[in-house]
Amino acid sequence: MRELAIAFNTFRECIRDRILYNLLIFAILIIGLSGILSTLSIGEQVRIILNIGLAAIEIFGVMMAIFLGIGLVYKEIDRRTIYTILSKPIKRYQFLVGKFSGLLFTLLVNLIIMTAGLVGVVYLMGWHVNSTFFYCLWLIFMEFVLITSLALLFSCFSTPTLSAIFTLSFFVIGHLTEDIKFFGSRSENPFLQKASTILYYILPNLENFNIKALVIDTIVRGLYFEDVSAGVGLKLILFSTLYGLFYTAIIFLLAVIIFEKRDFK
Amino acid sequence: MIRTEGLTKVFTVGFRGRKVRALEGLTLEVKRGEIFGFLGPNGAGKTTTIKILTGLLYPTEGRAWIMGREIGDVSVKERMGFLPENPSFYEYLTGLEFLNFYGQLLKIPYDERLHRIGELFSLVGLEGAEELQLRRYSKGMIQRIGIAQALLNNPEVVILDEPMSGLDPLGRKEIRDLILRLRDEGKTVFFSTHILSDVEMICDRVAILVKGRLKAVGPLDELLGGYVKSIEVTVRDPGGVFEEVKDLAERVIRREDLLLISLKDEETVERVIEVVRERKGRIHSIVPQRLSLEEYFVKMQEEG
Repeated sequence: MRELAIAFNTFRECIRDRILYNLLIFAILIIGLSGILSTLSIGEQVRIILNIGLAAIEIFGVMMAIFLGIGLVYKEIDRRTIYTILSKPIKRYQFLVGKFSGLLFTLLVNLIIMTAGLVGVVYLMGWHVNSTFFYCLWLIFMEFVLITSLALLFSCFSTPTLSAIFTLSFFVIGHLTEDIKFFGSRSENPFLQKASTILYYILPNLENFNIKALVIDTIVRGLYFEDVSAGVGLKLILFSTLYGLFYTAIIFLLAVIIFEKRDFK
Repeated sequence: MIRTEGLTKVFTVGFRGRKVRALEGLTLEVKRGEIFGFLGPNGAGKTTTIKILTGLLYPTEGRAWIMGREIGDVSVKERMGFLPENPSFYEYLTGLEFLNFYGQLLKIPYDERLHRIGELFSLVGLEGAEELQLRRYSKGMIQRIGIAQALLNNPEVVILDEPMSGLDPLGRKEIRDLILRLRDEGKTVFFSTHILSDVEMICDRVAILVKGRLKAVGPLDELLGGYVKSIEVTVRDPGGVFEEVKDLAERVIRREDLLLISLKDEETVERVIEVVRERKGRIHSIVPQRLSLEEYFVKMQEEG
């Protein structure tokens, strides 16, 4: 109940923030533009729309998660609103749970809006999406969850600028961990080999949430996810979901530990 | 109602980890139903103490209890209200949304919440500002809504950090009246200030904190009574008294046959009385002149 009140207030805070609308408008514009761009190519039109559209949803959603997430706790401390919040009968971890879920709800609403835009464009072009499309969106959302928890963690002890840099770096590196491992294995320096292996296992592999190419392929070819991935479809989704939740739980726990110990000077 | 035992807070500042002792072994007790003034110059450790009591800072050493429960216990906060120094709230909320949100945190049922919020808007004099976003509130209005949020749960203990700072004289008077009213309702009010006139008028007891250390605690009269600045004796002089006492006194003012003699200590008072008797004069009054709180404050700081 108390977490819910904080979550609702965080949602209200986000939707009254100008950053959100700027990002949302851009996302919708790009998704809309993908329809026009696709007409430049012969055939493969829906592939271009989906490629641009899903990438826009992912990038803009992650940007929302970062730019709203980095201020989530920092702003409360900086503007001293936290003083009265924590003087109410609420535990510190409950406050974090509320803030976190409030932002996730905001992101979910935005994801739905952007998705509606993309589905609209696809329909206008005379195509339709299938259920695998929604698996893809689900994993994109899982990526938002993970990124939000990172932004929240940094927000507990760092300034927004630094938090943004940290979180953004994680996002980029998270998509390149396979490459890090690959380069490490090619290196002849044993230290580099070790370091790259350790990095590969510690950092979340965000490519686990990326099934865009596979999904677009099934839609274009009129197939279903289960057809292409021969029964591993739902298992893959489940694995990636658990993978995301596992990392999120650890990062969130770290945030709680830091936040619980903090003095508010 | 509020009890602290050896509260100490050491802050580590800067990259070199310099230690700053903001509070040093504070032991204090605030009784039920009293208005307790927590006095001290800026940087004395008042806000640090209050933040420890409200759970925003962890003490380096020592313990504290509110209503018999240790301060880490969240349930204490169900019956406590707090207004921080220069408060700031969610500026994107309207006054009504803000109090409603805090009412939810306190788990006040919906109907009761709305009723209570209505009451509070009129209590703190903010009628008509319910639908206004807090970013449009003036400083005085923010202070008032801050007091309203502190009273939402009808708390038994109210902790106010500099509640009168930034208010105009009328606003200060209203807050003073409000604090007195809270006491009449049986609540315990603990507030900090560095403005002495606030305290002189309404506090039952005060504590004086200088550089993190407790210098004095007790009823104001007693604290000030302990420091007699001078003793003023008024006598009727039939003739000859003036000449004899003028060297004993710090100052003598003569008006017709009345003398107003300022004396340093009780010994000289005895001698002046003897002189007056010998000269067949008459003693009208002997009044010890106490320090004003302001003078006391300065003295404390000099000693500290």
